Amino acid sequence: MSLTFLLLAVAALCALSFYFGRQRAVALSGGRYSNLHSLPAHYGTYTAMWCGIPALLLLLVWYMFQGSIIEAMIVSDLPAEITGDSGRLSLALNSISLIAAGNGEHLSVDPEVVEAGQRLANLQTIANAALVVVMLSTAMIGLALSYRKIAKEMRARNNVERIARYAMIACSGIAILSTVGIVFSLLFEALHFFSKINPIEFLFGLEWSPQTAIRADQVASEGAFGAIPLFVGTLLITLIAMFVAVPVGLFSAIYMGEYASSKFRAFAKPALEILAGVPTVVYGFFAALTVAPFLRDNGAVLGLDVSSESALAAGLVMGVMIIPFVSSLSDDVMSQVPKSLRDGSYGLGATKSETIRHVILPAALPGVVGAVLLAVSRAIGETMIVVMAAGLAANMTVNPLQAVTTVTVQIVTLLVGDQEFDSAKTLSAFALGLVLFLVTLGLNVFALKVVQKYREKYD
Amino acid sequence: MTDMASLMEDRAAAKVISGNLHTPVDWDSPKIARNIKKRYAAERRFKIYGLSAIAIALMALLVLGYSIVSKGYSAFFQTYVQLEIHFDPAEIDPDGTGDPAVIGRANFDSLVKEALRNRFPDVTDRRERRDLYDIVSGGASYDLRERVLDNPSLIGQTRKIWLISGDDFDMLNKGYISADTDEGDRRLNDQEIGWYNALTSDGAVEKQFHTRFFTNGDSREPELAGIWGAAVGSFYTLVVTLLLSFPIGVLAAIYLEEFAPKNRFTTIVEVNINNLAAVPSIVFGLLGLEVYLNVMHLPRSAPVVGGLTLALMTLPTIIIASRAAIKAVPPSIRQAALGLGASPVQTVTHHVLPLAMPGILTGTIIGMAQALGETAPLLMIGMVAFIVDVPGGALDPATVLPVQIYLWADSPERAFVEKTSAAIMVLLGFLILMNGFAVYLRKKFERKW
Amino acid sequence: MAVVTQSAMTAEPSVTSPKMTARDLNLFYSDNQALFDVNLDIVERQVTALIGPSGCGKSTFLRCMNRMNDTIDGVTINGKVTLDDRDIYDKAIDVVQLRARIGMVFQKPNPFPKSIYDNVAYGPRIHGLVNSRDELDEIVMTSLERAGLLKEVKDRLPEPATGLSGGQQQRLCIARAVAVSPEVILMDEPCSALDPIATAKVEELIDELRSNYTIVIVTHSMQQAARVSQRTAFFHLGKLVEVGETDQIFTNPKDERTKGYITGRFG
Repeated sequence: MSLTFLLLAVAALCALSFYFGRQRAVALSGGRYSNLHSLPAHYGTYTAMWCGIPALLLLLVWYMFQGSIIEAMIVSDLPAEITGDSGRLSLALNSISLIAAGNGEHLSVDPEVVEAGQRLANLQTIANAALVVVMLSTAMIGLALSYRKIAKEMRARNNVERIARYAMIACSGIAILSTVGIVFSLLFEALHFFSKINPIEFLFGLEWSPQTAIRADQVASEGAFGAIPLFVGTLLITLIAMFVAVPVGLFSAIYMGEYASSKFRAFAKPALEILAGVPTVVYGFFAALTVAPFLRDNGAVLGLDVSSESALAAGLVMGVMIIPFVSSLSDDVMSQVPKSLRDGSYGLGATKSETIRHVILPAALPGVVGAVLLAVSRAIGETMIVVMAAGLAANMTVNPLQAVTTVTVQIVTLLVGDQEFDSAKTLSAFALGLVLFLVTLGLNVFALKVVQKYREKYD
Repeated sequence: MTDMASLMEDRAAAKVISGNLHTPVDWDSPKIARNIKKRYAAERRFKIYGLSAIAIALMALLVLGYSIVSKGYSAFFQTYVQLEIHFDPAEIDPDGTGDPAVIGRANFDSLVKEALRNRFPDVTDRRERRDLYDIVSGGASYDLRERVLDNPSLIGQTRKIWLISGDDFDMLNKGYISADTDEGDRRLNDQEIGWYNALTSDGAVEKQFHTRFFTNGDSREPELAGIWGAAVGSFYTLVVTLLLSFPIGVLAAIYLEEFAPKNRFTTIVEVNINNLAAVPSIVFGLLGLEVYLNVMHLPRSAPVVGGLTLALMTLPTIIIASRAAIKAVPPSIRQAALGLGASPVQTVTHHVLPLAMPGILTGTIIGMAQALGETAPLLMIGMVAFIVDVPGGALDPATVLPVQIYLWADSPERAFVEKTSAAIMVLLGFLILMNGFAVYLRKKFERKW
Repeated sequence: MAVVTQSAMTAEPSVTSPKMTARDLNLFYSDNQALFDVNLDIVERQVTALIGPSGCGKSTFLRCMNRMNDTIDGVTINGKVTLDDRDIYDKAIDVVQLRARIGMVFQKPNPFPKSIYDNVAYGPRIHGLVNSRDELDEIVMTSLERAGLLKEVKDRLPEPATGLSGGQQQRLCIARAVAVSPEVILMDEPCSALDPIATAKVEELIDELRSNYTIVIVTHSMQQAARVSQRTAFFHLGKLVEVGETDQIFTNPKDERTKGYITGRFG
């Protein structure tokens, strides 16, 4: 029975329980709803909740553990020569799941593996059947128990509202849960990585080449994992992006907020916002197929050797992407500068630009700094533009005409395709992810604090 | 009384000073006039900076749009070649059974090849023949099969039929391959261009609207590749995203705005939401890879995992927008409902939520539009695989539109450039529709309290 | 021009050689008319108080006198306002210079988020009134002195102006206005955000400044108008109802509406 069908079945049961619960309440009321503590619909909702929620929770828990339990069962039955070698084991597990899915005809593997594949298929069938049975019976039991509890004086509304409140708290908790999830999944694999590679070498090493060993004395043919070239590349591209985004964004915001007629604003503001709504993969395509060749060809005319994956192309396009971000944030902070300050300056005979330069910008400076920091954090974490337009080779250079690589590019490169979860190569992506997360988080927390403080000043 | 004393003192001080005046400013002096001129020049310069900033941004938008449309519009048309096909009964249905199963198994490819050989009988060399066969796409034989299955009376006849061309031939016809360049620098040699010229002068080459682009899944052959598979994948992914993030986001927003006490838990939740909104999307991809795939063993490349990942990303957007919408409902409405004896939950569900719904929906649509354009986290959970089949459900392997764009952008064939641009146009079309709808909702239900 | 003479009748017989005049001044916010045919003369080196119920147009009128309404979208003005017999709405008039000649002090103290020194130095700097740091120092000191603030702040000139008390901030704003040597100072309810003691100080200051400057003050307090002004103009519903010597307005108003307002029957 497919998952969709199962969910539909539970939904149908819920609808049924609503009907039953309501009917019973109506019957108990003897036609006068005022005899009841709550409205009949509350009794219906009460039974429906007891029918659906435990069943769905069960489903969730089941799916969280089914995979790992079955895998453990399969692994325990495999011969030790396979389980002993982690590389072989993951290969075998791959084949097993292929066989179980019925796609393993072309594989030439040990008979144990084939057998395990069939066993896996069996286990999955059993597990699915068991899930259907357990889930539907949970729903039925919930229905029956809550149905029996319905009575005239039962406080159905209060019960329903209490459950609703718990549900709301649980939903709010998801935000915490995702942060915890991010931290733990990054930390777990990163620690795994640091048990193989010295964190000092990772953070301060000057050589990045995760594929092959380049020096004989390198850590056991695992390649080099010095991330400094990635950090330099990321910063270089971010810097180029900021050179575009900050002046253009800031001046756009100034013109829009202080000079433009409302007609011009009505046209230009949404146009700028379109820039923010364009998916990053589109910018990546634009950078790789339009901007980079343009720069390379024009560089050649000028006698410059511009790489076709130059940091400049990626940085420029990323800058364009961030323009609306900077401009709308600075617009926000500048419009918060109280009108009385402008009046004070105009009243002394200052021109608009003098007012902006000497009064508004200094007053809005903390907010603008916060906005720029948020933009930097966004540039550091941006992925698609650099994946498509920046290079893969970890060159240690600050020349914007050359190819550099970034943290996000490496994460994508390392994790797209087949992965072995015990090689330093794969794990290094999580270590990079951890660095990325911590840096952007730090920038954001700091920037939000700056902006917050600024807001309080003028509230 | 000390204030009074200091006041008196101040008065005395002021009296003393008032005798000493500045000289009045001579506003007509040349120095001041020069200064004013300079100031107005600075003012003009500053204004020009602002205007050019906006001009730069808009230029970037225009260039972006132009480069995509100019590269992509041609993908909506496909070159077709007219050939005389002999529906040879010996090849299609040698026993004359008329059984669709037999016809379906027939080798229609050889019919196409034969037609090409007949059209250019002087091509005999094996390698040249292979080039010749490339004029027509491998997909043409499927078209012929459909045709015969629809109309078995074709068997035995000879008909002029428009067949879909191969990608290089298509590129030549669209002018992307120029016959004027050096032979070694182009993908087609002089002989192939000769064939093209011969066919063109027969009027046997034309461009037709390319429906396959909208109905096919991915393919290694550019002329057969379409976006339908990716579009369906995007659809399933967004459905999962919406089903998760909308109820969770709205419930969380209601709780935080209406019920949450000011305590530690609430503060932590709020800080978390603000920070999650700014976490790079790729980090969500790492989370999805680790939690959904490695721990929970959900299927790789499946829209359900993509949806679960994107839901976490969209959640802050929806929560923040919903909270703003709920906050905008004036307290007087809540007081009115509570005053009539409604419970807090009833107040929210009967009064606050319906009034806040347009704002919540606007935020949700914007969040969904973001999710539709998102690529990086989906690469992490394996939605980047080459998938030919159109997914039939949220658990089937699938890809999504932006990832399809990424995959095509990486493909070496020249013909994929126009496909990529065209897919971008389709994606942007969806995004414009969604954002336009959000703007419409906001305009329509905008209410000033 | 019959219209002019007729509306001019609402004003008192014009004073000799006024510093500023308004003639048939009408002002519209998009379609709403906020001022109707205002005719008023401002006498040099006197304090003129503009009083009236809130929304009567007195602040709007004040902002016409140094063209501050130019910064608001959708405002149209017709009529004439002169400074030394020159129309300030004339195309040849430079609004930047005009505002330097007609300084303004606002309802809420609005020091710039800069140091005390820089606040006062802002005007002379942008207008290029000084050639040296010493000259600037002198202007800053004299202006602060004239605003009665020097004694309180002379040891903390580099400190941010936002650290001053409300009354001090308002006097700083007056010093800031004085620093460009204006001929007229417009004050828009300068004491409304201040406590009584700070108010008393500012009122005292206004009285002192009168010997050097022409001052127009909008106030919602009749007592204040009576205390600081020599002439008072009463506005009602966008019209100038009555103007005259302050003593006369408060003791023997000619118009019933003025009488009603002053005796507190409406307002």
